[in-house]
Amino acid sequence: MSVDPAVLEGRALTKVYRMGDVDVHALRGVDLNLHAGELVVLLGASGSGKSTLLNILGGLDVPSGGTVVYRDHDLTAATERELTRYRREHVGFVFQFYNLIPSLTARENVALVTEIADDPLSPEDALGLVGLGERMDHFPAQLSGGEQQRVAIARAVAKRPDLLLCDEPTGALDYQTGIVVLEVIEAVNRELGTTTAVITHNAPVAAMADRVITLHDGRVMGEARNERRMAAKELRW
Amino acid sequence: MVRPLDRKLFRDLWRLKGQMATIALVVAAGIAAFVTLRGTHTSIQDARSAYYERQRFADVFARLERAPRSLLSRVEQVPGVSRADGRVLEPAMVPLPEVSEPLRAQVVSVGTEELQVLNQLHLRDGRWLEPGRSDEVLLLESFAVARKIKPGDRLPLVLNGKKRDVRVAGVVMSPEYVFAITAGDISPDPDRFAVMWMADEAIAATFQMEGAFNVLSVRLQPGASERAVIDALDRLLEPFGGTGAYGIGWQPSNRAIDGELAQLRSFSTVLPVIFLMVAALLVNVVLSRLVHLQRPEIATLKALGYSDFEVGFHFFELVLVILVLGAGVGVGVGGYFGNVMVDLYAVYFKFPNLSFRFDGASASAAVVISVVAALLGAFSAVQSVVSLPPAEAMRPPAPARYRRSLVDLLGLARVVGPSLHMIVRELQRRPLRTVFSALAISVSIGLMVIGGWYYDGIRELVHTQFHQAMREDVAVAFIEARPARALSDLAHTPGVLAAEGLRAVPVRFRSGHAHRDGAIFGYPEGGELRQLRDRYARLAPLPPDGVVLTDVLAEVLRVRPGDRVEVEIHEGQRGTKQLVVSGTVDDAMGLQGHMTADALARFMGETPKVNLALLRIDPTSSETIDARLKDLPYVASVTRRADLLARFESQSASMITTMSAIILLFAATITVGVVYNNARVALSIRARDLASLRVLGFTRGEISAILLGEMGLQVLLSLPLGLVFGRWLVVGIASTVDPEQWRMPVVITDRSYAIALSVALIAAVLSALLVRRRLDKLDLIGVLKTRE
Repeated sequence: MSVDPAVLEGRALTKVYRMGDVDVHALRGVDLNLHAGELVVLLGASGSGKSTLLNILGGLDVPSGGTVVYRDHDLTAATERELTRYRREHVGFVFQFYNLIPSLTARENVALVTEIADDPLSPEDALGLVGLGERMDHFPAQLSGGEQQRVAIARAVAKRPDLLLCDEPTGALDYQTGIVVLEVIEAVNRELGTTTAVITHNAPVAAMADRVITLHDGRVMGEARNERRMAAKELRW
Repeated sequence: MVRPLDRKLFRDLWRLKGQMATIALVVAAGIAAFVTLRGTHTSIQDARSAYYERQRFADVFARLERAPRSLLSRVEQVPGVSRADGRVLEPAMVPLPEVSEPLRAQVVSVGTEELQVLNQLHLRDGRWLEPGRSDEVLLLESFAVARKIKPGDRLPLVLNGKKRDVRVAGVVMSPEYVFAITAGDISPDPDRFAVMWMADEAIAATFQMEGAFNVLSVRLQPGASERAVIDALDRLLEPFGGTGAYGIGWQPSNRAIDGELAQLRSFSTVLPVIFLMVAALLVNVVLSRLVHLQRPEIATLKALGYSDFEVGFHFFELVLVILVLGAGVGVGVGGYFGNVMVDLYAVYFKFPNLSFRFDGASASAAVVISVVAALLGAFSAVQSVVSLPPAEAMRPPAPARYRRSLVDLLGLARVVGPSLHMIVRELQRRPLRTVFSALAISVSIGLMVIGGWYYDGIRELVHTQFHQAMREDVAVAFIEARPARALSDLAHTPGVLAAEGLRAVPVRFRSGHAHRDGAIFGYPEGGELRQLRDRYARLAPLPPDGVVLTDVLAEVLRVRPGDRVEVEIHEGQRGTKQLVVSGTVDDAMGLQGHMTADALARFMGETPKVNLALLRIDPTSSETIDARLKDLPYVASVTRRADLLARFESQSASMITTMSAIILLFAATITVGVVYNNARVALSIRARDLASLRVLGFTRGEISAILLGEMGLQVLLSLPLGLVFGRWLVVGIASTVDPEQWRMPVVITDRSYAIALSVALIAAVLSALLVRRRLDKLDLIGVLKTRE
């Protein structure tokens, strides 16, 4: 695995927010690589800077210092337009609160992405992949939280992204449903070979990763490689 | 000590300033329209009644051939009559040396100031006539001002074919000539129409009217029946050549003022109602969203012990602030436009003291009505949320329900793609808002169509009157009808290329109890200079026998082609005869009958006569022709078509420009208010969705298209509605114009429609751009961190 080249490289990343009169240092110099096909879990308590890191990796935000390079594109120097393109062509996002469009059905939510992608899965295939082939014509309000999150995953992977970034994907879900969602992420990583980063504060989730990076107070506290990836359905918390 | 709720109020206001401002502007437009129009109406009406009262303006008028002054005491004995005044009124000409053609004038006999019983003059400059001076006149101010004539100046005057010089003793205004227009003219012509008052004896001697009068003015006793007095006068004046008495409502100057007041009244009702309805809609849209966003805060307030009323009132206060702002601006702008309007009217209506009077009562009424309208809009928005139990209000509202749309049902889902789906479903989820918003924009388009019609309608009228109906270069009116062969005299004048004659006979048409005064025109066979045309300039057929009536006249008389109509001839031998109605014509102005010259001569029992000579002339010999016309004793007036046209256009131009600008400004306010507020609310509702789409890789352009597409569809929906609505409004307004005076052509050109649409579209696009700027600042990360 480690012989694979890094798809995404972050070096000395810092991020300072100005909140009123106080400077908040969300990241204080983080180095991090994501390699092709691996599943990385970023573990950390709330306020550790993991979401900020993910947003920078996904092109939603730019760092205050340091560099991020995706393949041979320097995201730190990218314009707004280039970042939009980066997200559009290479990144799939999954959020804690799903962020589905309530006025569109499951199929149409996925179609939002397949419309603007170059070589997408069909919405039907993407939804089949997350086990929602039967509920494609339901509106978000007619789906359970877990189902909504699976739609969000289907939407994220339908464009065959190079990177799948999941921010607390199980944060709003109960245990049972959370496991189902993690299984889907696992399957996407395994079957499509998508480089995947999952951020969570939920330590047991780390067992499903190839590699676990622990963040604390804006710094990388530790990095560990699992000898064996545990299947999502074996996880307990 | 500012209460915390008030602090919240001011912060909410500041945050919503763009929306508050646009709503306040719509309120302001409504109130301004009301203050302007109602104030103008009141100003003119008050100026008129004060003026009439002060000058003892008569209630009933009559014209006759000649009656002895002794008849006046018999008139005063008619039940209901309080005072009667008899004068001599005769046509005259003013051959000013610096003006090529002679100018039309009327001379009226008048006593000294003390001897004016009714229709008293108002002295503006100079002095009254000195007793015994037969060479002095008092001159109507409008003419004096237009020609820069001052007291002490001398004027040439042709009276009864004899030229003499008179001295202007004073310059006056008269309640009879507030709107100084002569029969057959379509607008006042202050520099070509003079009215002069001369000592009784001077006129009487010139026209052999010693001890006699030919116009009668009567003032009624309070509560007297105008109808009964008119009937009695008609009987009394019959032997003296009375042409039929008429009430103040038919006095030409007063009738013109009445017509204008009626229009102002209808405008001042309709326009503010439209604006205030739009304001209520906008208040509802914006407030609904605000209380939705503030659900948790409302719940918190209630949990803290605030009552429903206190919380509800808090939101009403927000609306009240908008109203105060709108009312302040509206009253100010209304006062300003009111002054502009009254100044415009002052060009036409000559009152001694016409100035814009701010009508405080109307303004307060407008403000109260707008408060009620806005509170109605606010109430339905606030009530639902405020009445929720706190625990329920603290929970997020149930997710919006979306349904399959028409697009799905039609099987177009695959074709249109998700973006359009979002737009269609959002519109469909709030059908009422969509429909009302589209309606509001269509109203604004409709208003602009009215603005366009002012221009188009008048242009059409000009086209019909000045280019199609009147084809002569010069119209020469004779003092009395002359044998048709008199034309050959004029036709042989060097420089005259063609001459045709027209016969006009003043008559009263009567059928059953209905009657109207008007004229019958006789057209020469094969004549080309004046032809019978309808208000759209289409040639109308003239059957060899019978009379073709103005259709409005036929309606009033309740006669149809084939029926008979009674005609009292008010000229020459007089008498009453019957005529067969051979047709009707939708002509543009006045009430008249049209016949062939031969048929009219047969009807009159005379050899063909003419009283109007129509000339086509060689422009290079225009001056010699004028010089010759000035010398002809039987000529009453000379009118050049080009002059009429130029004057009419210059007079109407300023009115039309001002009105169109005001309408445009007001109408655009509505479109901006509707589009901007809807877009802001839609943005607030959709910010999360749109930010999610940005995260997914949608560009700014693409999400703008989704948000603004919603607005775009509303605007698109409103465009055809607006055009239809505009035409409908135009027909409505055209009908408020006194149909017995005018039939404005309902003509709206493609250009006017295009302008109305363009202004709406531009206003919409500008509003959309304001909102689009906010789309660019969307917080992509923030929306992902929160549950809706």
